[in-house]
Amino acid sequence: MNITELTVHELQEKLKNKELTITQITKAYTDRINEKEKDVQAFVTTLTDDAIEQAERIEQKVNNGEITGDFAGIPIGIKDNMCTKGVKTTCSSKMLENFVAPYNATVIEKLNNENIIDLGKLNMDEFAMGGSTEYSYFKKTRNPWDLNKVPGGSSGGSAAAVAANLVPWALGSDTGGSIRQPASFCGVVGLKPTYGLVSRYGLVAFASSLDQIGPITKDVYDSAMLLNLIVGHDERDTTSANFEKRDYTKALKNDVKGLKIGVPKEFFGEGINPEVKEALEKSIEKYKELGAEVEEFSLDIANYSLAAYYIIGCAEASSNLGRFDGIRYTYRTPEFKNLKEIYKKSRSEAFGPEVKRRIILGTYVLSSGYYDAYYKKAQQVRTLVMNEFNKAFEKYDVILTPTSPTVAFDIGSKSNNPLEMYLADICTVSVNIAGLPGISIPCGVDKEGMPIGMQLIGNKFCEETILNAAYTFEQNVKFRENYKPEFKGGAN
Amino acid sequence: MQVSKEEILHIANLAHLNLEDSEIEKYLTNLQDILNFANIVNNAPVEGLDITIGANEAKNVFRKDEIKVFEDNEALLQNAVTQEQNMFKIPKVIN
Repeated sequence: MNITELTVHELQEKLKNKELTITQITKAYTDRINEKEKDVQAFVTTLTDDAIEQAERIEQKVNNGEITGDFAGIPIGIKDNMCTKGVKTTCSSKMLENFVAPYNATVIEKLNNENIIDLGKLNMDEFAMGGSTEYSYFKKTRNPWDLNKVPGGSSGGSAAAVAANLVPWALGSDTGGSIRQPASFCGVVGLKPTYGLVSRYGLVAFASSLDQIGPITKDVYDSAMLLNLIVGHDERDTTSANFEKRDYTKALKNDVKGLKIGVPKEFFGEGINPEVKEALEKSIEKYKELGAEVEEFSLDIANYSLAAYYIIGCAEASSNLGRFDGIRYTYRTPEFKNLKEIYKKSRSEAFGPEVKRRIILGTYVLSSGYYDAYYKKAQQVRTLVMNEFNKAFEKYDVILTPTSPTVAFDIGSKSNNPLEMYLADICTVSVNIAGLPGISIPCGVDKEGMPIGMQLIGNKFCEETILNAAYTFEQNVKFRENYKPEFKGGAN
Repeated sequence: MQVSKEEILHIANLAHLNLEDSEIEKYLTNLQDILNFANIVNNAPVEGLDITIGANEAKNVFRKDEIKVFEDNEALLQNAVTQEQNMFKIPKVIN
């Protein structure tokens, strides 16, 4: 049995049947990390020694009956923008290279309460700004399907680690597609929950009105289980929703008969790679076969959403990143004459080019003279996008689109063209603008064997609907049984 | 909208960023490209629509103003570049 290939629900089965022990599982993962991390480069910080110690401790307590619970001793990986007490939280930035969070994010507290074991902190684009994980200050993560290609981003470390079996599942965060797009590029399942469903307390803020934490997993059942663990109202996040808890695994019925799926034709137009389009068309046929009612319709908001996203996201980032001043967060310029110089030199030395670019854009659109032309207009576009989605959800239960217009691209091929990188977010950002849930699941591969992702969008708090739609597809297409990452290529 | 060199330097200063001479051109071009694209919002059919500031219902969240003491000073101070007597130490601000 290859332990690291199992899903979390399979691991739970084996633990229950005493086919496996908690330490065996953690040991299998730390061995796997030792073997494969050099190729994938998914981690900023590994906690392998701690993890084994913790596994032994938890195993003993479980055997003594001191702790119970279905998740005790299950390992996980965490994107490095969620605060973990006593462990570095770097956001893959020089600015936070030595930052050790003094407290745990709410999601981390929830995982700790279940005695879940943290295998380490996963690489990302600096401050979650990017779509390829190439903007990490520390390293470039590689796509396990082809090591010369990007894993996507910004949660590229999380998606690559799950795909490469370095962790059984992981947490990511999604501001404009940062869970769904890397999940699509790495052939795994990524869920961005409804805005407010998961507390953002302890998530280092990029764009507060768009950010949301969510699961990246091997399959849909694991996604529903991890969602169960992290949702819930939190008084420490004022945007946290008071939504009644439920068991999301109960929604997985393997049945989509009568489900109304809307396919917005604008998301299949210019710029969508023909092989991606073909895979999606096949998937649509599959849904029809399975009894869903599929209809094409017009949802002409993708370009407006993308423009509004970059205006709003950068405006909020320019404000949120104001706190990094060379005083409180570990990096300070070595030489300075006065306080203003500390601010300016520390920020100029410790932020990477993409972060600076977004701070400059955000400051520009908020500055007097441009506020009405850009920021205010973008906020009106936000209303427009929400209205259009509301209209669509009067007719459909689920909206189906590609997750990304392309499959994973070559490392280095887009990093010199920021606008081109931004345009790749065209299919995902409107979901964040409207605060909706969206899931990406693999639906095929291209000629080179690179995975293609399908996005299913639901109405607010309708995670159950999209999870069931995703699950039903997965059970009938069996992507994981047919395709596996092969670690093609190799380091340059 | 055309962005000038003076303007980008002004914006960078507002954002507390220094731009090297060699960087100015690059950031100027990037900003111009992105703004040209972002200008699409000015063609959107939004006349008469209200603005939206957040993804969920805009409402104030109130709580009692009760002091909660964060006791782990050590954990807080470990991120200070320089510290003295249990405090973050910063250079002199007023001459």
